[in-house]
Amino acid sequence: MLKLRCPCCGLVADETELSPGGEAHLVRRGPEAEDDAFEAYLFLRDNPKGPHLERWRHAYGCGKWFIAARDTATMEVFGTYPAQTKGPPAEIVDKIRDRVPGWTAPGEAT
Amino acid sequence: MSRRLTSGGRYIDRSAPQGFTFDGTTFEGYAGDTLASALLGAGVTLVGRSFKYHRPRGILAAGPEEPNALVALGPKERTEPNQRATTTELFDGLTARSQNRWPSLKHDVGALNQAVSKFLPAGFYYKTFIQPRHAWKHLFEPIIRRSAGLGPAPTHADPDEYEHLYDTADVLVAGGGVAGLTAALAAGRAGKRVLLVEQMPHWGGRLVTDALPDAKEEAGETVAALLSALEALPNVHLRTRTMCAGIYDHGYVLCHERVSDHAPAAGIPRHRLWKVRAGQIVVATGAIERPIAFPMNDLPGVMLAGAVRDYVECYGVTPGDTVVIVTNNDDAYRTALSLKAAGIAVPAVVDARGAADGALPAMARAAGIDVRTGQGVAKVLGKTGVEGVQLCAQGSAGEVTDTIACDAVAVSGGWSPAVNLWSHCGGKLRWREDAAWFEPDADKAPTGADGRAFVAVCGAANGRMGARDAATDAAGVGAAAAGGEVPGDLPGVPDAPEEAPLEPVWLMPADAQIEAREKMWLDFQNDVKVSDVELAAREGFESVEHTKRYTTLGMATDQGKTSNINGLAILAKALDEGVPQVGTTTFRPPWTPLSFGSIVGEAKGSAFQPLRRTPMDSWHEARGATWEPVGHWRRPYCYPRRAESAEEAVEREVLAVRNHVGILDASTLGKILVRGPDAGRFVDMLYTNMMSTLKPGRCRYGLMCSENGFLMDDGVVARIDEQTFLCHTTTGGADRIHAWMEDWLQCEWWDWKVHTVNLTEAWGQIAVAGPKARKVLESLGGMDLSAEALPFMGWADGTLGGFDVRVYRISFSGELSFEIAVRAGQARALWDRLVAAGDAHGMAPYGTEALHVLRAEKGFIMIGDESDGTVIPQDLGLDWAISKKKDDYLGKRAQARMHMTDAGRWRLVGLETLEGEVLPDGAYAVSNEKDEWGNTRTIGRVTSSYRSPTLNRGIAMALVEKGPERMGEVIDFPIPGADPIAARIVSPVFYDPEGEKQNV
Repeated sequence: MLKLRCPCCGLVADETELSPGGEAHLVRRGPEAEDDAFEAYLFLRDNPKGPHLERWRHAYGCGKWFIAARDTATMEVFGTYPAQTKGPPAEIVDKIRDRVPGWTAPGEAT
Repeated sequence: MSRRLTSGGRYIDRSAPQGFTFDGTTFEGYAGDTLASALLGAGVTLVGRSFKYHRPRGILAAGPEEPNALVALGPKERTEPNQRATTTELFDGLTARSQNRWPSLKHDVGALNQAVSKFLPAGFYYKTFIQPRHAWKHLFEPIIRRSAGLGPAPTHADPDEYEHLYDTADVLVAGGGVAGLTAALAAGRAGKRVLLVEQMPHWGGRLVTDALPDAKEEAGETVAALLSALEALPNVHLRTRTMCAGIYDHGYVLCHERVSDHAPAAGIPRHRLWKVRAGQIVVATGAIERPIAFPMNDLPGVMLAGAVRDYVECYGVTPGDTVVIVTNNDDAYRTALSLKAAGIAVPAVVDARGAADGALPAMARAAGIDVRTGQGVAKVLGKTGVEGVQLCAQGSAGEVTDTIACDAVAVSGGWSPAVNLWSHCGGKLRWREDAAWFEPDADKAPTGADGRAFVAVCGAANGRMGARDAATDAAGVGAAAAGGEVPGDLPGVPDAPEEAPLEPVWLMPADAQIEAREKMWLDFQNDVKVSDVELAAREGFESVEHTKRYTTLGMATDQGKTSNINGLAILAKALDEGVPQVGTTTFRPPWTPLSFGSIVGEAKGSAFQPLRRTPMDSWHEARGATWEPVGHWRRPYCYPRRAESAEEAVEREVLAVRNHVGILDASTLGKILVRGPDAGRFVDMLYTNMMSTLKPGRCRYGLMCSENGFLMDDGVVARIDEQTFLCHTTTGGADRIHAWMEDWLQCEWWDWKVHTVNLTEAWGQIAVAGPKARKVLESLGGMDLSAEALPFMGWADGTLGGFDVRVYRISFSGELSFEIAVRAGQARALWDRLVAAGDAHGMAPYGTEALHVLRAEKGFIMIGDESDGTVIPQDLGLDWAISKKKDDYLGKRAQARMHMTDAGRWRLVGLETLEGEVLPDGAYAVSNEKDEWGNTRTIGRVTSSYRSPTLNRGIAMALVEKGPERMGEVIDFPIPGADPIAARIVSPVFYDPEGEKQNV
């Protein structure tokens, strides 16, 4: 059972206190979107074996959403950060690249 | 015939006899016995029948790896099936029954399966019982279920208490043998909080049992010294009878403690489930001995060599008077020496190796034991128990060279490290060719949140089989886990002579013919034989995971503890590959089964989940309401009077609203405040309607959709002021919708200036509905409730009978209706005033079912009835509530997708049955035309169906293909076992289609 630190209230919460929200940093597509782009937004998700940025809500705590950068295979948590960002902070990217050289966040140009 | 030795047995107290029954017969054992040792002591060797062939089975092991001796414990009303006799501590009054036999253990009809065992190979059920299909359900399956199975499930509710406890530890050590004790001491000396758990009631594991006779005393002192050193440390906690069941991500550990199984008493829990968060976990779970596959190796009396010396040394019991040892390693010679010292005849040690020149064989020879090298077992003789063994050359096909009479066989095929806990969280294994076992690969340990290993293994579980070697290993691992140094003053561990390497022997004899291989058991509990695994390989099940499922090898309650490696080796041989190439299956929690009671803990009955009650709950209860659970709330379903049935009560309540006035507790309705400069913009995104144009003082019905376009909730929105909206949600949707709003505000539109508050429980809400509703409220005195002052779909703050209230002119019944919101603390008092005031007007309280009938008569949809997660508002004829002007709202883009705009979608209509009968809820309509495959086509489904007391007939709402285009058409609803019901498609609004009655 995962342990993640909520960046809002600072508590290290058990997974049972949290509810998962899937892949982070999706870009919402609205009425103007073409079918393919909308389908990708609605349904297509990365399922990487390795570093992953995922949304969690401290549902049975402060109620805030945050994002966890976590390795799905090794269970290493590179860090958590508030949901009000469009991408992971630089120090988390650096931490991930320490483990996985050349790693890039989804959507980020290499 | 007692098999209890006259002396020995360091776990038992001969001055404390304990009576117990097995299959109704009374026996006696001693305090400290396990049920298995007590049965053996009483001369009971036949303890069960096997799963598939109903073969007679005896005790194989002395610990949790036992595959055969499964019994049902306790009197009938608290039966606990499938309990291992080897881990069940004896107490006075214990009752146990054998399983999987009929009519009795000795005379079992199912044993006929043996006669046809040739026709019951691996995959038999898959291959055989295919046609005819109906025979499977009515003939084959019932017979198979009766003949193949374990113990019966209990028939009564469990009367015992269980509890969950939580703990943390810097270092958790699993296993209390010499390695676990040493690791815990090393970690404890480093000052860390240490939790040491041991599944059995005793500390020290195999150390004393396995010590040679002249070292036993020293070994006992080692255990005592380790224990007293540990007990002296306040930061170390020791817990016996506590099984480490599983290791999960980030150091989460489940342990199962058998608190009072061994001494049942009222007032203390039976089991505890410990949920521990550990920084580091040290696995010191020892090793498990493997049997050897030779013909008839499953006869009662064939026992693991290590278990034999456990019984002799720990319990003063012998499995036989004359015991032949069969081995491929030196360790089994300890058993020969133990037996010899206890005065038991050991006519021979049959050693498959070409030579046995180590120190232990030499000691056996010196004790006068006949060591026969290069030999194997051609067959074990006997029907329900061992009567002798036929020997042969190990390298042969099984030509008998000698026969030895005996009544027990002690077998050892070597030991396998118990690596299960290491593997639970992804720890990898490596194959040790010289020792023929899988052991943990320290370079591939499970990693935790910091990316570093959080599980370490030591001792026999780490492949360090010698006691001194294991202790040295454990000291280092324990100290490292605590970040400390190895203490210099650890108690000494007696040395043991070096052992010669084993010779991997997977088949005995090596060239055994098929007839022999069909009598060699690998998995005793699931009746899997060497020939079954070979068959799986021949049929193409090359992956070990496939072979496991095809043969059921290792899938029984023992999870293959004694059969895994042997099965893998046989599969590897059949595939002509190496064991590591074939690989292992994945070990998963739990290590041994834990009780359902411990998983449930206190979460049963009223403590299963919280019950939410409205401020008026006690009034409803006093009025004899029947309840309907909605979310976690309970709501009155109806209020039956004396002899009234529920149906009659609902009718009366509906008619009271239509003709007079009714009162409903609507407090459970979700109430979410949305406030801020961007509140209008936000509610416009949440709802399909245009909400921002709503004027303060006005209400609007709104729909919420998911990004998929599907309808997810509905409710009335009231605009409180320029920056404030109060959003009503369904009862079950309040928390979900609040979370939904927060998701969008926090993660997508975080720069919008809006906040939300879930006020559901802050307000009580009372609906007063019916033609006389205004009169009832006016009789309380207070605010102006006239149609001019408070028109339909308006709201106003004011007072009623002195209560500060907010009154909404909204209607879910189609009648003149007021919903009165009042502070929760005053809700009951206002309710009482209204009820008293209503008496003069024939007012009746009504429940959720009358509410549903009233709304269905009006064609109002209900979330969860008309919507099911695949329905869009357009399907429900709610286009009027979907803004055409807005650029965007959640779900808008999805509702433009091809499938959503398909003209053939099922859409909402009303149904009038031709005979006035009530359609079953959920009934399907079928088309008269057949589809291209000749099947009847389903064209619709009933979503709500009631008897309408107002119209005195059955009414229904349904989703029907192109429904609104088919008004007047009659469609059929087939009813299982009865004639189809014909219904005419009509408007879903059955009552007051113009909406005049609510707007007065």
